[in-house]
Amino acid sequence: MHNKNDLDKVIVCRCEDITLGEIRELINKGYTTIDEIKRVSRCGFGPCQGKTCMQLLLTELTQQKGKDIKEIKMPTHRPPTRNIELGVLARGEEDEK
Amino acid sequence: MKNSAEIVIIGGGISGCATAYYLAKMGCTGVVVLEKEYIASGATGRCGAGVRSQWGLELNCKLTKMSIDMFEELDEETDYDGDTEFKQSGYLMLASTEKEVEQFKKNVELQNRLGIKSELLTPAEALKIVPFLNTDFVMAASFHQKDGHLNPFYVTDAYMKAARRLGVEFYTYTTVKDIKVEKGKVVGVVTDKGEIATNKVLNAAGGWAKEIGAMAGVELPLTPERREILVTEPLEALLDPMVISTSLNFYCQQVPHGSFIMGRGNPHEKEGLNQASSWDFLVNMSQTITKVLPILSQVRVVKQFAGLYMMSPDAAPIYGSVPAVDGLYLAVGFSGHGFMVGPMTGLLMAQHILGKDNEMVFSLDKLDLGRFERGELICEPSVV
Repeated sequence: MHNKNDLDKVIVCRCEDITLGEIRELINKGYTTIDEIKRVSRCGFGPCQGKTCMQLLLTELTQQKGKDIKEIKMPTHRPPTRNIELGVLARGEEDEK
Repeated sequence: MKNSAEIVIIGGGISGCATAYYLAKMGCTGVVVLEKEYIASGATGRCGAGVRSQWGLELNCKLTKMSIDMFEELDEETDYDGDTEFKQSGYLMLASTEKEVEQFKKNVELQNRLGIKSELLTPAEALKIVPFLNTDFVMAASFHQKDGHLNPFYVTDAYMKAARRLGVEFYTYTTVKDIKVEKGKVVGVVTDKGEIATNKVLNAAGGWAKEIGAMAGVELPLTPERREILVTEPLEALLDPMVISTSLNFYCQQVPHGSFIMGRGNPHEKEGLNQASSWDFLVNMSQTITKVLPILSQVRVVKQFAGLYMMSPDAAPIYGSVPAVDGLYLAVGFSGHGFMVGPMTGLLMAQHILGKDNEMVFSLDKLDLGRFERGELICEPSVV
C-alpha cells in the first residue's frame, strides 16, 4: 500500500521529469486545465509528446476536481507524430539512417 | 462573474495582462480581464518570445529598449514566484545582401545614438559568437548583447499573478459576444457567461482584435496571418544568441531548457485565423536552418505549432483611443512584435486610460488609429 508521500514522488512525465507531487501543487495553485498545466510545467512538452503523461494528468484532474473525464479538454496534438531529424526533412529522405 | 467593472480588458495575452497590472499598480480598482481560452493561449504563448532593440526607426528602438529594461526587472517588479528566464545573449542579425548591409550600417548608427550598444560585425567576427555559422550566406552582421528571449508563459503568468494580488479579476474560458455602445459611448460587454456594465474597454485581443473592434462598430485595418514555429529535442547549450535574417527568412534560438526554437514566414500565407501546422513549413524551415546552421542537421524535431501575427498596414502597433467610440481603447496590430513591447504596452496603455498622458515617457501620438487616415504611416525597414 502506497502512502500519499510515496505517490507524490511518482514520475508523471518521463521526458521532463515531472512528479505527481509537482502536478498536485499546480492544481492547488489554481491551474485547472491540461493546457495551463502543460505550459507552466512543461509536462507533455518532451520528445514523446505526452503519450503517457497526458492520460495520467487527465486522471489526476478528474480525481482532484471531481470532474467527469468528458468535461476535461485534451490539448491539441502537435505534429510530427514521431521525431524527425532536421537534415532528413531538409533532404526529403524516406528513411533515417 | 461581476456585473460591473471600471475597465474591461479583452485578451489575456501579454498586452492585456501587463496593462491590467499597471492599471492596478496605479491604484485603479475594478479591472476585469476576459480571455476566451487560458492565459497566453494566443499569439503570446505561440511566439518566439525574442526581444531586440536593433530596429531601423527611432520610435521602435526606443519602445523596445525601454521594454528590455523593464523585462530585466520583471521578476522583482512582479515579485514572481518563478523565473521568467530572460536569456540576454544577444541577437545576431545577418545581412546577406548589399542592401541589407547598407541598412545595417544606418541602423547601428541610429541605435548607438539612442544609447543602444549594438555593433556592426564582419563574418569573421560573427563566427566568434556562433562558431558553427555557415558564413557563405553572410556579408555582415549586427549584434547587441542586451537583446535576447524569455519564456512567454512565465512572463504572462508573472503579470497575471501580480495583477490578481492587486485586485484584478481574470475570467478565462470566457468569450466576448458583443460590446454595447450607446450614443457613441461604451456601456457594457456581453460574454457567454453574463454581461458586465462598463464605460471603458481595452481591445487587446491579438489575432481576434478586428472581430472585437467590429463588435463596437469600429472597422480596424488589421489582417491576421498564420506564422509557424518548430521545436527540437533539448541539447546541451550550443547557441548563445538569437540568430535572425530578413532575407534568408528565419530566426532561431536555443532556450535555457535546451530546445532550439525556430520560425520563418511564408510569403504565400493567406489572411485568416488558421492556427493549424503545415508540412510545407517543416520542410522549408529544415532546408533553411540546415543551410545556415548545418550543425543542427542531426537534431530531431519534436513538435511544431502555429500562431497569428496581427498585421497593421505599416507593421507598427496601433495604440490609444478611438475617436468615434468614447471609452474604447486599442492595443492591437503588433505585426509579430507584441511580445517584445509588452511591458511598455502595459505601462503606456494604463497611463493613457487613466488620463495620465502628461506623465508618459513615450508619446503614443504617432501610433494612433488616425495615422492611416492622415497618411502618416510608419515604415520600419527591419521587420522579419
